Amino acid sequence: MCLSVPGKVVEKKGLAADVDVGGTIRKISLKFVPEAKVGEYVLVHTGFAMQIVDEEEANEMMKLLKELTDGPVS
Amino acid sequence: MKDDRILLAHGSGGAVSHSLISDFFLKIFTDPTLKRLDDSAVLELGSDRVAFTTDSYVVKPLFFPGGDIGRLAVCGTVNDLAMSGAEPRFISVGFVIEEGLEVSELEKILKSMAGACEEAGVPVVTGDTKVVDRGSADQIFINTAGVGYIKDGVDISGSNVKDGDAILLSGSIGDHGVAVMSKREGLAFGTPVISDCAPLNGMVKAVLDSGADVHAFRDPTRGGLASTLNEFAEQSGVAITIDESKVPISEGVLGACEMLGLDPYQVANEGKLVAAVAGKDADRALEAIRANKYGKDARIIGTAKQTDRPKVFVSTAIGTTRILDMLSGEQLPRIC
Amino acid sequence: MVRFLSEYRDKDLAQGILKRIEKISKKPANFMEVCGTHTVAISKNGIRHALPENVQLISGPGCPVCVTANVDIDKMLAVLSLPDVIVTTFGDMMKVPGSYSSLSKERAKGADVRVVYSTLDAIEIAKNNPEKKVVFFGVGFETTTPTIAESIIEAKEQNVKNYSILGAHKVVPPAMKALLDLGEVDLHGFLCPGHVSMVIGSKPYEFIARDYHIPCVIAGFEPLDILESIYMLIKQIEDGRSEVEVQYKRAVKPDGNPVAVGVMNQVFEPADADWRGIGVIPGSGLKIRDEYADFDAARLFPDIEVPPTREHKGCRCGDVLRGLIFPYECALFGKVCTPTEPVGPCMVSSEGSCAAYYRYDDRVKA
Repeated sequence: MCLSVPGKVVEKKGLAADVDVGGTIRKISLKFVPEAKVGEYVLVHTGFAMQIVDEEEANEMMKLLKELTDGPVS
Repeated sequence: MKDDRILLAHGSGGAVSHSLISDFFLKIFTDPTLKRLDDSAVLELGSDRVAFTTDSYVVKPLFFPGGDIGRLAVCGTVNDLAMSGAEPRFISVGFVIEEGLEVSELEKILKSMAGACEEAGVPVVTGDTKVVDRGSADQIFINTAGVGYIKDGVDISGSNVKDGDAILLSGSIGDHGVAVMSKREGLAFGTPVISDCAPLNGMVKAVLDSGADVHAFRDPTRGGLASTLNEFAEQSGVAITIDESKVPISEGVLGACEMLGLDPYQVANEGKLVAAVAGKDADRALEAIRANKYGKDARIIGTAKQTDRPKVFVSTAIGTTRILDMLSGEQLPRIC
Repeated sequence: MVRFLSEYRDKDLAQGILKRIEKISKKPANFMEVCGTHTVAISKNGIRHALPENVQLISGPGCPVCVTANVDIDKMLAVLSLPDVIVTTFGDMMKVPGSYSSLSKERAKGADVRVVYSTLDAIEIAKNNPEKKVVFFGVGFETTTPTIAESIIEAKEQNVKNYSILGAHKVVPPAMKALLDLGEVDLHGFLCPGHVSMVIGSKPYEFIARDYHIPCVIAGFEPLDILESIYMLIKQIEDGRSEVEVQYKRAVKPDGNPVAVGVMNQVFEPADADWRGIGVIPGSGLKIRDEYADFDAARLFPDIEVPPTREHKGCRCGDVLRGLIFPYECALFGKVCTPTEPVGPCMVSSEGSCAAYYRYDDRVKA
């Protein structure tokens, strides 16, 4: 119902920003996440950043999955 | 076909286009050669066999990263001839130009065509030009037709794919489609991706000269890799299974397709080919493709199997299986 | 390698989770994926057939295009009869049939219909065509609606007078409640929509776990996200728990994105909405507040003549949307109704469940 892709903020001017999704650069609005900083990843939907990607949670997930799949079958 | 008007989807190269062809054209034009629906018609002239093809080019914008309508018009027809195993020899060109097109634009296009002709070694030998009043065409449309010579013993067709054939792909997919879409109004986005528009007759010649037992070639243009593989499956009555992890997709194409909700397997290419080769000669054919400057990234991506239920399957990157279906209509960016 | 995307397509981890699911899953597990994007991701990654027999994934009313009632599509097509109108919309709306036609068919007859990626592009078109009326067809759930609301705010600020929205906006939780109250489907869990929840957070689903005792897991859209979420749902069933858990933690906070919710509520207020296959669900839609009436196409063009609604004979999209039947259980599926010649919206929309089953899952139930 809502495709949203992670893009890296590569340039920011006020609420306007350029994000990079695997080399594709697009102008988007930071209206909904004004605090997003250059270098951070945001989830982009129809030209707007809807949320800032929580990198810690992302790393935590991968750690959990490795434990889940390596460890004995609980 | 239910539609009572022609829709953009009828030109997409996908299933809706195929229904227009089968429900109308093949009912009205009944020649058996036409019915084979190969990239070129293979004709007998005396003891020689000749490949004959035609194609029209209406790309917008006229100039895009990595190419333009002129280079496209030459490469497209040269490639269609090559995909029938022919050596392209001559092409014709027909222009339909809208009143008001700047002459400098026309000149740029002609020079680009000449460059592609020289690279492919195929001269323009005849042509025609029409000018229509403003609004009756969109700047310029180009049709090219071509003739090629088929050596004895060469029997290449989309209906020749055999049980046990290896499926080869000459490089990354989706580059042309993404490069053109990135310039389209309402979608504009910056991308490092450039069109792969290139003549492939040299590559085909190298594969044939290598002695590999090749059964089919096709360039996956409109409708992308998915359409070509489904056409092979349909025409040859085989099930094709490809390994997703072997299909090269550049990060730029992946990023753009993720952003627009498109499937790279259905995005157009203009300088790639798919080959069906007897399993024992797969490596030899692969080597010949990789020796060509447009084939550096070539891979063996899958195999074909005899079946009574022709279909294309993908073994996914996560080890499961799914169908790879043909694009149905017009390719539109999705939000959901 | 696209960061935060490609790493969630790892084969070993995916196969590892599947083995773990195989190991612990005993009880029957019918899970509904509410979101159409999940439906596509599940089919496109071949997940449906990789799960044990007792685990079934059922598609819900999750594609905003499919749930748009015929009457709303007919209203949108009627706008095309206005003089000097440019209709802008997302690509998803182009092919969906109303009672008599579709946007792509009307465009073929000469209507000025343009696909845009963002409402901001639609405003640009309005600015570049001051003499035209630019109407944006707004469909979507809570992920998309804030962006449509923001376009109205910006149009008002920039005094763009020829831009308006004709919308059929919907919100998810009331529809999930309506499905549960219908009680037609034996559900053991919900795979909740990740990107709607990115905006509204996890709290709006708590009534489902609390009052209906059905586990909810808010899932991301990559294969590992979906597989981990299915594992979490199964763990809840086997442990006898029913809670709202967030799997998609890198994007979903308990309170979602209050700024986005604020913008949505600034422009829209709750209203009843007509869902294809379910009917009118109280408070499940959004309508433009009086303050922004100048941008509400329904009020700007009240006297557009809308033909009587006509449903497609034999089309069971309504039953598919309620999870009553699988797409291949509809008599038209794959025969009379295919992506090339679709009958209902679930086959037309690139995110409809029938299209997903037809395009990715083997057409005959494996």
